[in-house]
Amino acid sequence: MRIALFATCIVDAMYPRVAQATVEILERLGHEVVFPAGQACCGQMHVNSGYFPEALPVVANHVRTFESGFDTGEYEVAVAPSGSCVASVKHQHALVADWAVEHGVKGADSTLAARADAVGARTYELAQLLTDVLGVADAAAQLGSYLPGTITYHPSCHGMRLLHLGDRQRSLLASVEGLEVVDLPEAEQCCGFGGTFSIKNADVSSAMLADKVANICGTGAGACAGGDASCLMHIGGGLHREKRTTPSGRPVRTVHLAEVLASTREKPLTIDGELALAGTPGGAR
Amino acid sequence: MSTVSLGMPALPPRGFGNISETEPFPSYARRELQNDQLRANLRHATHTIRDKRLRVVSELPDWEELREAGSAIKAEAMERLPELLAQFEEQFTARGGTVHWARDAAEANRIVEGLVRATGSSEVVKVKSMATQEIGLNEYLEERGIAAFETDLAELIVQLGHDKPSHILVPAIHRNRTEIRDIFLREMPGVDPELTDEPRRLAMAARAHLRRKFLSAKVAISGANFGIAETGTLGVVESEGNGRMCLTLPETLITVMGIEKVLPRAEDLGVFMQLLPRSSTGERMNPYTSLWTGSTPGDGPKDVHVVLLDNGRTRALADRHGRSALHCIRCSACMNVCPVYERAGGHAYGSTYPGPIGAILSPLLTGVEAEENKSLPYASSLCGACFDACPVKINIPEILVHLRGEDVEARHSRPGARRLPSQFDLAMAGASWAMSDGARMGLLERGLPLGKAAAGRDGVISKLPGLGAGWTQSRDIPAPPAESFRAQWAKRAKNSADPHGIKEGEGK
Amino acid sequence: MSARDDILARIHAALGTDITPGEREVGASAPGAGYRATSGRTEDELVDLLVDRLEDYKARVEVVAAAELAEAIRTRLEGKTFVAPAGLPADWLHPSLADRRATDSREEPLGVDRLDAIGAVVTGSAVSIAETGTIVLDGSPDQGRRAISLVPDHHVCVVPVETIVGIVPEGFARLDVTRPLTLISGPSATSDIELERVEGVHGPRTLDVLIVR
Repeated sequence: MRIALFATCIVDAMYPRVAQATVEILERLGHEVVFPAGQACCGQMHVNSGYFPEALPVVANHVRTFESGFDTGEYEVAVAPSGSCVASVKHQHALVADWAVEHGVKGADSTLAARADAVGARTYELAQLLTDVLGVADAAAQLGSYLPGTITYHPSCHGMRLLHLGDRQRSLLASVEGLEVVDLPEAEQCCGFGGTFSIKNADVSSAMLADKVANICGTGAGACAGGDASCLMHIGGGLHREKRTTPSGRPVRTVHLAEVLASTREKPLTIDGELALAGTPGGAR
Repeated sequence: MSTVSLGMPALPPRGFGNISETEPFPSYARRELQNDQLRANLRHATHTIRDKRLRVVSELPDWEELREAGSAIKAEAMERLPELLAQFEEQFTARGGTVHWARDAAEANRIVEGLVRATGSSEVVKVKSMATQEIGLNEYLEERGIAAFETDLAELIVQLGHDKPSHILVPAIHRNRTEIRDIFLREMPGVDPELTDEPRRLAMAARAHLRRKFLSAKVAISGANFGIAETGTLGVVESEGNGRMCLTLPETLITVMGIEKVLPRAEDLGVFMQLLPRSSTGERMNPYTSLWTGSTPGDGPKDVHVVLLDNGRTRALADRHGRSALHCIRCSACMNVCPVYERAGGHAYGSTYPGPIGAILSPLLTGVEAEENKSLPYASSLCGACFDACPVKINIPEILVHLRGEDVEARHSRPGARRLPSQFDLAMAGASWAMSDGARMGLLERGLPLGKAAAGRDGVISKLPGLGAGWTQSRDIPAPPAESFRAQWAKRAKNSADPHGIKEGEGK
Repeated sequence: MSARDDILARIHAALGTDITPGEREVGASAPGAGYRATSGRTEDELVDLLVDRLEDYKARVEVVAAAELAEAIRTRLEGKTFVAPAGLPADWLHPSLADRRATDSREEPLGVDRLDAIGAVVTGSAVSIAETGTIVLDGSPDQGRRAISLVPDHHVCVVPVETIVGIVPEGFARLDVTRPLTLISGPSATSDIELERVEGVHGPRTLDVLIVR
């Protein structure tokens, strides 16, 4: 299958290793990955901040960029390693397009909403694509995924509540060889990121983050995995600020689902040159 | 975008009363966050009720179908509102009741005052009611020499504590048992000085305190959970029996009901009497529900009135994208699951309606362009827990985003205010320019090494200027990579004969 | 313009022409679509469920045969004075209770102070909903005025087995909402202090339910 990668702006600019890991997983399964060069961002930050006029060109760019490859058959589906960006593509793009028409914005395109829906229908979050489309149920067997250690998992809000990912991400993690996934207390609680919420309501956001960080550290896991780089940046930033360490004294990190799945015996996931979860006891499968 | 409202019909007038922020949400919340006792009380209470709700909701095999039906019935009621209100009026009147209409809080207060005065009584007992809280009825009556006694335990705690409600179902949720005991000892006439903080003892103290009032009251004032158009029936859902006391024993009963509370049919109660109790207190059914239709000769109040209240509801109804906020049945499930409410508490929202529903309802009632409510739509991380919990499926996150859009538009088009773009405006415009084109984004990403250079030796940035300061007050930010994924991919493609071809060992 | 006309005009303006007929799925909104209309439970299951739910609310419940009802009521009254509506079936009350009974009716109502001095109340009931443990009084002659089942501190309520339904919609299907209705699910309770349920505030603190089959 030919698959378009929507890297998302934050992964593209801040976490290229997550996009690399995504490519690696898909290629390991024998699929071909395409990176549409015109892509930039889903526009979620603008939409969620109420800047619809500013969101419009961002949304239009995304739709234009991805639909052309669908139309020419260059790729069949698109994937992004982010539940919230996929939710934006699926749910917000058409709303922005409708808003523009309703408000008589100059140059508003009455076909944009339907086109956005068409792109959205073929866009998947990574775990969704792996599980529902590519039939991956056992990461160890099908992807050779291997990562020794103990990890906990935060299901980001938009993947959980807007995409209804259920236990897809967690199941994939649990099927990685050597990896023990421990439950995160109050896992379904928002980490407090919320895009510009983290700036506009910095105090409440920080209070939510503090509880998330405390819950993660309470598990004793070496890292917290998730499917959204933005939430992970937020949580990771809190862990780092508080200098949180595992019982064995190593920093507690955040890692993206894609990085964990891409990790193998030959090339296990490392962070800053160290094995990602070194020092935490790993559950043998 | 500045002339959008030109040529459109004038919007219905805004509502007034206790539906506004008293200060911007972020600063109120910052203060409340420092109150450890408050946070502990809220955490305990919201988590307790959250778990109860989940348990009783999971018992029903058709919960999602009930939510669907509840949502559809409310949408139907809004669509047929003029017809249903007229039908309700006709039925209620035919069965001996009197219907009054109030455009806003002031008119509703005047009507109620007149009705109380006509009875010759100078005191009233009250059933907990959001509508009368919204219009500030108690304060209005007190100023005019009419004493209004709240009879719901939590409302009593709030009233005796000279406090404000902070939750629509459990108005004293911010108080723990010890604080309540102290309020009773201080404020309740004739209370046993040996009173302990055991909830049972506290409830019994309230029973003794109010018993005489109930038995002697001539006038009661209530709200209503439902008004059935088909039959002219009103309903109050409660727990303690204070509602039954007020609705049954006095000679005169005055009900203040928002116009959006009307339901088409009696059988709709079969849906809402499943949705409401399970969503609000987490019980299969609340202990008491009273339904009355006009007056019944020989049973209950002889003189029965209802005041149908607009106070900004038509304003909310005029907002096509926001009107479903009027579907709210005041169950409070959204605030019980909201991580922002749990930490900031109800007072930070200013309005009678706190939490996620308050963050949309208050600005819809006043109009989001009303300065005092403009920070409410931002009081959410958009996590969506409220939407999942809402028994009538109000898409609160989507309405929050819609109202943010209205706010930005109103701010940018506010006459007089010279349109000096804020730092935030500039950041958004810049990001829009960059993020609407892959080539521009790629160009900007060439600056990433600058960010890397700005990072400390541990590879993170701990202090950002301007807008970013909000972020770095409690979080570090990683140093950006030397190269974007886009740039890495371009190199890889260049090294490959096939532009989409994949070769082992590439990509770094 | 009257407030009434003003508000109705505002609503018309607010709704405008946004909603055109057929835009919403009116068919889907018809009650009965999707959710359960009946529970399909047998009589034995209904009784068991109702008992379970009432006990969960801390009500005292007993299932009795018709012939045992009078004795069961007598026992439950624990020697207290009580009020009964004029229309309560005569054979529900043991003859020995006659001198402890006060009778109430719409025509000859007892004052609230009198009711407050009475220990208990005995009534029948209109409908009971098993799944939620809810008993509905509708002011019929065997149930009387609302005040009598409210002011006395102890309510002995008789539930004939044929009045038990499974779920809430079945309950409303049997009721006439234009009668003064009181839905009772256990004794009075509050959860206003730290969300901890406390039984017994203003309504009767003791609820005895006698299910007759």
